[in-house]
Order: sequence, then structure tokens, then C-alpha cells
Amino acid sequence: MARSLLQIEGLTRRFGGVVAADAITLDISADEVHAVIGPNGAGKTTLIGLLSGEITPQEGSIRFEGADITRLPVYRRSRLGLARSFQITSLFRDFTALDNVALAVQAHRGHSFRFWRDARGDDELCKPALAALARVGLAERAGVRVDKLSHGEHRQLEIAMALATQPRLLLLDEPMAGMGPEESAQMVQMLRQLKGSMTILLIEHDMEAVFALADRLTVLVYGRIIASGHPEAIRADAAVRQAYLGEKQGGDHGGRHG
Amino acid sequence: MSASLDPSLNAALGSVLSPRTAFSVALLAIIALFPVYTMLTGDTFVLTLFTRVLILAIGAVSLNLIMGYGGMVSFGHAAYLGIGGYAVGILAKEGINAGLVQWPVAIAASALYALVVGALSLRTRGVYFIMITLAFAQMIYYVSIGLDRYGGDDGLTIYKRSQFGGFIDLNNKTFFYYLCFALLLASIYLVSRLVNSRFGLVIRGTRSNEGRMRAIGFPTFRYKLVCFVIAGAMCGLAGALLANHTNFISPAMMHWTRSGDLIVMVVLGGLGSLFGPLIGAVTFLLLEEGLSRLTEYPDLILGPVLLLVAIYVHGGIQGLLEGRRRG
Amino acid sequence: MLYFIEQCLNGAQLGMLLFLLAAGLTLVFGIMDLVNLAHGSLYMLGAYFAATFATLTGSFVLALILAVVASLIAGMVLEVIAIRPLYGRDHLDHVLGTFGLLLFFNELVRLVWGPAGMTLALPPQMLTAVKIMPGIYYPTYRLVIILATLAVAALLYAVVMRTRLGMLIRAGASNREMVGALGINIKLLYTLVFGLGAALAGFAGVMQAPILTVQIGMGENILILAFVVIIIGGIGSIRGAFVAAIIVGLIDTVGRAFLPDILRLMLSTNAAQTLGPSLSSMSIYMLMAAILVFRPEGLFPAASR
Repeated sequence: MARSLLQIEGLTRRFGGVVAADAITLDISADEVHAVIGPNGAGKTTLIGLLSGEITPQEGSIRFEGADITRLPVYRRSRLGLARSFQITSLFRDFTALDNVALAVQAHRGHSFRFWRDARGDDELCKPALAALARVGLAERAGVRVDKLSHGEHRQLEIAMALATQPRLLLLDEPMAGMGPEESAQMVQMLRQLKGSMTILLIEHDMEAVFALADRLTVLVYGRIIASGHPEAIRADAAVRQAYLGEKQGGDHGGRHG
Repeated sequence: MSASLDPSLNAALGSVLSPRTAFSVALLAIIALFPVYTMLTGDTFVLTLFTRVLILAIGAVSLNLIMGYGGMVSFGHAAYLGIGGYAVGILAKEGINAGLVQWPVAIAASALYALVVGALSLRTRGVYFIMITLAFAQMIYYVSIGLDRYGGDDGLTIYKRSQFGGFIDLNNKTFFYYLCFALLLASIYLVSRLVNSRFGLVIRGTRSNEGRMRAIGFPTFRYKLVCFVIAGAMCGLAGALLANHTNFISPAMMHWTRSGDLIVMVVLGGLGSLFGPLIGAVTFLLLEEGLSRLTEYPDLILGPVLLLVAIYVHGGIQGLLEGRRRG
Repeated sequence: MLYFIEQCLNGAQLGMLLFLLAAGLTLVFGIMDLVNLAHGSLYMLGAYFAATFATLTGSFVLALILAVVASLIAGMVLEVIAIRPLYGRDHLDHVLGTFGLLLFFNELVRLVWGPAGMTLALPPQMLTAVKIMPGIYYPTYRLVIILATLAVAALLYAVVMRTRLGMLIRAGASNREMVGALGINIKLLYTLVFGLGAALAGFAGVMQAPILTVQIGMGENILILAFVVIIIGGIGSIRGAFVAAIIVGLIDTVGRAFLPDILRLMLSTNAAQTLGPSLSSMSIYMLMAAILVFRPEGLFPAASR
């Protein structure tokens, strides 16, 4: 049945007086798309940071494919098959799109203590990089410098880089942040194609996207999980409606980010 | 092949024709011809001055590797000039004059010190890193002052230049000049291969966005450290050359203002460009020389010039040639 | 034993001076995010100003006051003319620009005061020694330095923690834009902070001048020690600077005094004589290296406190 890929147990992280992650316990099954939603400040990015290794928890543990990765440094987790995309675009601005993705490929091709051969003409790096770019729809823009790409293309590139590391678990932190309706729809299409071939933990505000993609949903409020399960069940859950969807009156949480 | 070839092909074509490359080529040609001028006029001053330029340019090339390409601003790079020089000087004093012993020791000692300094300093970044490398260079400066046997504060004369046997005579000014020139070209070539290799891309990527590099799976610390050691070793060779050139070693070689001079050369020439360090070295040393002839107080002009460069010109002279400015 | 106590006091005295320098540096860095290599130049200028004023007025105390005021003014003028364009730039630009200023000031001093250096005489009352413990006499002047610096440190603490200016300084350290948005004249604030740092440096220069000579380049060596203090204490933290300064002052002084003897016990005389002086000057850097291994952010890493 559904094999558990990632087991999060009692994960807690405090920043001074603020509890950003409060005893989070969650199981992510292999090959599922698991969405994490919640209002701003709910601790979603903290969660991704804890999973990717940029932040260490004060309590709790994380097991990936059975191994305890709670205190592993960021680069090791990437090597194990955990990839993340960033909410605030984090790319290599003075390089081309292809260079960016090729670096991600290179990171997983053994060590890089090779001092002589030109790396840019290396098929071993370029072929997989182009493939990743094609997967997100950026193949024609491979030779363009990142600072000349549009915001939507940046978001696509973010995902391409994560994909190029051939991850087993993809952590997507608001992939559609700042995208317009058409671009978002394209992104959803593209993510749909990834469904089933890898496990995805998706943080998003865009509810349409979430309901279109997610197999399961977890709702985070003030660092705690208040509900977790199938999308339809969550939609109907009274506590969720009250705590989260109820805030729609005040702000624009259900729609897309502008 | 891959899509990235087209843009780089364009870039290659562009660079052959660009003002930047034309300038570099012209400069190299002039440098190659100085000994001819000396032979014709008998004026060895230019030769001596430019030998020093070439040697310090090697130091600048090595600093540019970590600073321009790697983003590691080291304010202690002159330490390696000193270590390389002292390796030659100390061995010479103890009766070991063989270049084949002295120079590898100079390089190895510098590499070792770079390993220690790098291992400690690279745990920090930004201002911390600048200050810490400065402190470590100052430390070795004080060590050298304390070495009474090797001259202490006054320095030590080297009576015999590094011996290589055969027809290699470092006392021959012209020969030594071309040797330094050849070594400079070799170091520039080495850097050019390095920065385009897998290793180089890691270094450059780390400069661009270290967090992302780690997120995609690179253990960035070890790559930065290796780069730092390579740069230290290269500068150690420059130190050995410098000791031979002046027939003298002294703590002043690694005073922190020498480290500052190296930084100035790299910035003046343009960070992260292959020939920038050479251009910067030429510019800086000519400026220094010219100003000291003009006035008894050259730094009154040099100081503000550096300030103005820092404020107005960010790509260095290379940037000026390309019309790039940061206001 | 007596010697040891005397060395400890000397260490504390050096530490106080380092604190003054480090405080100015760390304030400027914490608030304006600026690396200032010319800070040592302000220290040097303070000493030269004082030497000149002392010759003119014949009074050490008057010279001290005038020199500190002159340093304050010099610092503010410098900030407006040369430092302002550097805000917000890469730290490398700061290093380059302030390095240029450092060279400039060394040359300027050589032009105005000549290459020979000057001396600053102490008033006769301070040339005595004070009995601090039975059998232990300590030079009055060094004691004065310790006390005066403690007074200045207390004053600094009072200003930063209790006055409106201090509050603005602390606020500016944590959130520049916000303070600007509140309508506070950020430019003026920065100028004042820089001037304050300059005054602290100048004061340190004057106090130290009678002990060492007043000469060109006197700022460089102590500047690097001040950097080490900041690294150990944590950038942006005045409290850290104080603690680290005392530690550094003590280790440097006591190390220089006792390390050669300790070495002589452990190594051959020849080796001890060769290495002794070098190693004792290295003791600070070894401490710094140790801190870097275990705690790279420094002892009290914080925004300006």
C-alpha cells in the first residue's frame, strides 16, 4: 500500500518566544502529492527549512527512507534525494538557465575536484540539464542569463533545478508565488505530469492549484497541525474552515498572490 | 551539442574584438618587448620595475582567483609573498641554494599556511572573513620580526639567488624577466582552466549564491578551502620570485598594507577577469612610481584616488573599458 | 608575583584602550554596516592633536579636551565628505575606500607634523606611582587611564541605553529604514555616530600617547588588535567588545611578559630565544583562532547593544 517515505515526529522549533513549529507529526507517503496550507505566519516555510536542513529543530525527529536526517547538513540531505525549491527565488543570477541546472546536475555526479576540463561543454552535465529544462518548459530559454528571464521563468527554473538532482522527495515552497493566472495554470499542468513519479510536499496559497494536485492535505496554523487528510474531508472540516478559510473575509487568502 | 555553445561562441567572437581583449593583447606585447628596449637603451630601470610588476601580478592573479571568482575577500594575501620569500631566504642562509629545493618548499609552506588559515577563516564570511585574514597575516608578520637569526625587523640579504644549474641563471636580468613573464602567463592560463572546470563552476556558483549551492548538494566549505590553498601556493611562488628579485627578505613583504596593495591591484584591474590582475598591477605600480616622482607626498593623491575608485568605478579598469559603471 | 600583578594591570589598561577603539568600530559597523580601516587614523590624529595643543596651551588636560573635540569634528567632516558615498556598498568597496583614507592620513600627518613623531608630556602629578597594595606600586598615569576609560565606558553605556540619541542608535542598528521612515534624520544620526566613534578613537589616542610615542602609522597595529577584539567579542556588540578587550589586553601583555620564560623551561634556550618573541606576539591570534574553532560568531554575537 502507501509506503511511508518521510516520517516527521514531534518536530518543534522556537524562535525566541515564538513557536514556529509546534510538535509537528506527519507521515508523507511515497509518490503522493501532499500539500501543506495555512495562513501567513503559520510556519510553513519554517517547516520546509526544517526538512531541508537550513533550520535545526529543538525537539523532534525526521526520518527519510528510514534514516534519521534530523541533524544532517543541507547538502547531505540533497545528496540523499531531498530537493527543494525556494519561495523567494534563489538562483545564480550571472549564469544562464542551462548553467544553473547543469550545476544541480553536477552536484550529484560525484565530486567536483576536476580542475582542467571545461565543464560547460560536458554532455554528461548538459544533457540531463536540458532534459530538466524541457520538463518545465524552459528548453528554448536555456542560453538566456537568469537576470534576463521573467519572474514566471524564474519560478520554472527553480523547479528545474530541484528536478535535476533527481530527487525522491521534492519540497516545493510556494512555486506559484507571484505568478499570474496563465502561468499558474501552466505550472499546475507541469506539476500534474510529475505526479506519481515522485513524492511532492507542496506549500501553496493558491487553493485551486492545491485542490487540483493534492492527494492529501495538511493544515498548519500557528505552527500546529490542526487537520490532515484527504482534500474533501479537509474542505468540510469545521475547525479548518473557522481557523483558516474563515479568515478569507479579512484578506485574500483563497486567491493567488499578486 | 548543447544550446549553451551558441551564446559562448558569440561571446568568444565578441571578446576577440572587444576593447578589453585588444588592450590586454597590446599590453602583453609591450611587456614582451621591454627587454628589447633595455638592450637598445641600456636603461635597466624599466626592466627592474616591470620585473616587480610581473611578480606582483602573479600575486594579484592568485588573489583574484579567490576574490574575483570566489568572492573571498582576503586581506592577508601578502602573507604568502612573505612565506614564499622567507622559505627561499631561510634556506639560502642555511646553505641550501638549490632552486629545486627552495621553490617547492616555498610553495608547500604557503599552501600549508593557507590550509590552516583557510580552515579557520572560511567558517566565517563577509567582514569577519576580511578581518580574520588580516589578523592571520599580521600574526605571521610578527613571527618574522621575531626571527632574529633571519634578520628580524631589519631583514636578510640573500647573496646567492636560487640555483638551477645548466643555463638557468637568475642573475641575468633579461632571463629572469622572461622567466617571471612566462610564470605569469602560466598562472593566468592555469586560472583560466580552473575557473571553467567543474571545480571553478562550484567556486563561482558559491560566490553567486552559497545557500543555493548547498541546497543542490555541494559541500561548499571544502571547495572554498581548496581554492584558498591553491591561491596561497601560487602566491608563495610569487614570494620566492620576489626574494630572488630583490635579493632581500624582510617582514615588510607581508605587512598588511602590502595585502591592501594586492587588493587594490585586483580591484583596479577588474574582479573576476583573467587579465585584470595584470592590468591592475601595471596601473597601480606605475601610479605609485609616477606619483612618487611627482611629489614627496604621493599618498596624498593615491589615497583619494583609491577612494574615488571605490565609490565610482566598480568593474575596475576593465569595467571602464567595457563602459560598465556603478553609480 | 608583584610583576605578575603589574602585568595584569597593564593588560587591563591595554584592554581599556582597545575597548575604546573597538567600541567605535563596532558601533559604526553595527549601525552603518561600514568597515572602517581608517579608524586607526582617527586614533593617530587624536594623539597628534593633543601633542600640538599641549605645546600650545601647556596643559595636558586642556589638550585632552581640545583633542577629543577636534577628533569629533574631524570624524564628522570625514563622514560627510568621504564616508557617506560608501554606505550600502559592498564591503570590498569599504575596504578599498577606507584603505585609501588610511594612506592619505598617514601622508597628511607626515606633511603637517613631519616624519619624526612627537611626544606628549604628562603633568608632574601623574609621573608618580600609587600604592595599590602593600608593597605594590603602580604608575599613577596608567591607573588614570584605566579609571578614565571605565568612566568613558560608563558614559557610553548611559548614552546608548538611557538617552534619546542612544535609543535612536539602537533602533537604527536593528532597522534602518524604519527609523528613516519615522522622520528621523538618518543622515545626521550617522554623522553623529561616526563622530562619536572618532571621538572615542581620538580619546584613546591621547591617553595612550604619553606611554608610546606619537608617530605615523601608530594606528595600524592597534587597529588590527581592535579587529581581533571585535571578532572575539562579536561584531556589533559593545558588551562583547568590553569583555573581549579585557581578555585580549591581558593575554597580550601577560603573554609577552611570561611566555618567553615558560618556553625556556620547555624548549632549549636557542629555540626559546628564536621563537620566544614571535610566539608571545602570537598569543592573541592563537586565542582568536581558538574562538573561531568553537564559536565563530564571537562570544556575544548580537546587534548593537
